[in-house]
Amino acid sequence: MEFLSYLISGISLGSVYAIIALGYTMVYGIAKMLNFAHGDVIMVGGYISICATSYLELPGWLSVLLAMAVCTVLGVVIEGLAYKPLRQATSLAVLITAIGVSYFLQNAALLIWGASPKGFTPIIPATNAQGEPNALPLFGGQVSISYISLLTMGACIIIMLALTFFTGQTKLGKAMRACSEDKGAAQLMGINVNRTISVTFAIGSALAAVAGVLLCSFTTSLMPTTGSMPGIKAFTAAVFGGIGSIPGAFLGGVLLGIIESLAKAYISTQLANAILFAVLIIVLLVKPSGLLGKYVPEKV
Amino acid sequence: MNKLTKKIKGLKKTTKVDFATYLGVILAFVLFSVLRDAGVLNRSITGMLVPICAYIVMAVSLNLTVGILGELSLGHAGFMSVGAFSGVIASQSLQAAIPSAPARLAIAILVGAVFAAIAGTIVGIPVLRLQGDYLAIVTLAFGEIIKELINCLLVGYDSNGLHMAFNLDGSLTINDIGMEPGGMAIIKGAQGATGTETIASFTAGFILIMITLVIVLNLVRSRAGRAIMALRDNRIAAESVGINVTKYKMMAFVTSAALAGAAGALYGLNYSNLAASKFSFDTSILVLVYVVLGGLGNMWGSIIAAAVLYFLPEALRQFADFRMLVYAIVLILVMLATNSEQLKTLAGRVLPKRKGAAHNG
Repeated sequence: MEFLSYLISGISLGSVYAIIALGYTMVYGIAKMLNFAHGDVIMVGGYISICATSYLELPGWLSVLLAMAVCTVLGVVIEGLAYKPLRQATSLAVLITAIGVSYFLQNAALLIWGASPKGFTPIIPATNAQGEPNALPLFGGQVSISYISLLTMGACIIIMLALTFFTGQTKLGKAMRACSEDKGAAQLMGINVNRTISVTFAIGSALAAVAGVLLCSFTTSLMPTTGSMPGIKAFTAAVFGGIGSIPGAFLGGVLLGIIESLAKAYISTQLANAILFAVLIIVLLVKPSGLLGKYVPEKV
Repeated sequence: MNKLTKKIKGLKKTTKVDFATYLGVILAFVLFSVLRDAGVLNRSITGMLVPICAYIVMAVSLNLTVGILGELSLGHAGFMSVGAFSGVIASQSLQAAIPSAPARLAIAILVGAVFAAIAGTIVGIPVLRLQGDYLAIVTLAFGEIIKELINCLLVGYDSNGLHMAFNLDGSLTINDIGMEPGGMAIIKGAQGATGTETIASFTAGFILIMITLVIVLNLVRSRAGRAIMALRDNRIAAESVGINVTKYKMMAFVTSAALAGAAGALYGLNYSNLAASKFSFDTSILVLVYVVLGGLGNMWGSIIAAAVLYFLPEALRQFADFRMLVYAIVLILVMLATNSEQLKTLAGRVLPKRKGAAHNG
């Protein structure tokens, strides 16, 4: 039963990673860039949600929508100002620019909201008005799943299915896949490549905002540097599942969360991240393109 | 005199650049030593001299991996960390045996380099099989693993020699590793190295930079260096003319790791307290920024970028709280200015005399 509760907390943590990783993998698939600023968009989403609930006194669900709207605009602006001029540049130049954007967001947040951790009220509180836990009991109350975990898992699955449908069936989604295959050919077919990339950034950033609110609902505190480690882990999850693949990012995120939770419980709290990264390395050595990634042989 | 100028003119362009690099480093060292002894530099700047030397060595060594070998490494700080802590252990435990500080520093740097080279070999064998962004994420992962392992390490020294323990579940303390009561704690887990005797000096940093430059520049200009660059430019073509991929990749990667370890030992012996969290992903990124802004494969560029960018947050002190924000904006603007197609075309139009300015994409 103890194992089951660790497993559940692992899956809900993994669902947050998976939502971030889905955004990451979309952006990577089309722009072929490591967007290190993605983790910091998560942090901005969290702060917007805090501001919405504490200053504007909006309900939790509305604060999520507001955070999504702000982050979408932020993502599109970042893409337009910092990444668009570098379309033809080397990938390293784009990487360093992304790092610059990440520093910028962190330090801007530091100036606006201060360095000390801010308390975050979960969008579904841990206990209800009567003091009973907001959780679904299983096996006669031996194990329980909190509603926030259920919400996270549900959101993650819905987002994954919606993105799979979107990229597979809709016109814009097909345009995205075309751009990720070959930008030049896509342009010749009449696809507006720049607009497609902007839309991808908008989707990725909106997902980051959702992930930010959910992540802070688990950790219940928020700092300007909160986003960087989940950002790196989500990137790891995307690579783990095969970067560019939507089901891969989902699988990678959930597996990563489970590994982290079980490693913390049974092996060592201090070495949890080391174990997680060690598993990643082993998987990549056995399957160099990730779990569900396509292997593209190099041609001369 | 005439003979000398003729001789200089007869040298290859790369040789001239190399000599200019050595000369520049020597001149900078002499200048800063004189300024420091004259008391012109304030304390915060004199305190930055040794870390700047360490970061210059880091940048030059990372440039060997990223610029010359062409593989993106995001875990260079991990090797620095291995070098720093093994160097600190060596220096602290040899305190009684070798009283002379410069000799102990030299041994510590050597030990740091050797241990980092071993780590580089262990990391390099699996990592170099991967390519591109996959290689980047695995080096990142290794950097984080090294950081967390050192975070769990307890090391002490007494008359029986070194005592080590691995604090897996967080329950052990420095008193549990079986030291005699008078023993000296060297590394205390997450607290890192404490009470280290600070023996690093600016002169040692300068000598380390010169040795690094001699090693890296000679490697790059040698037959092996040309093989490494051939691998960077086209791996398959290089392989087809009989270049041993694994051998040359490992050569560049391990050399780079060893130099990072040496830099780490110098850095570690400059502070009495040093935690493993100092060598996180952010430090790797910091050094990567130096390398990219200095120019890939360009060693003197790395040296200047490391020195200037390490100093920049200090110079921006007048902006107070805004300084890291300004740093970020400067970083983005520099990347846009040097890489954007539109800006290059614009520059080509405004400055028509700079031929080829618009075509250097």
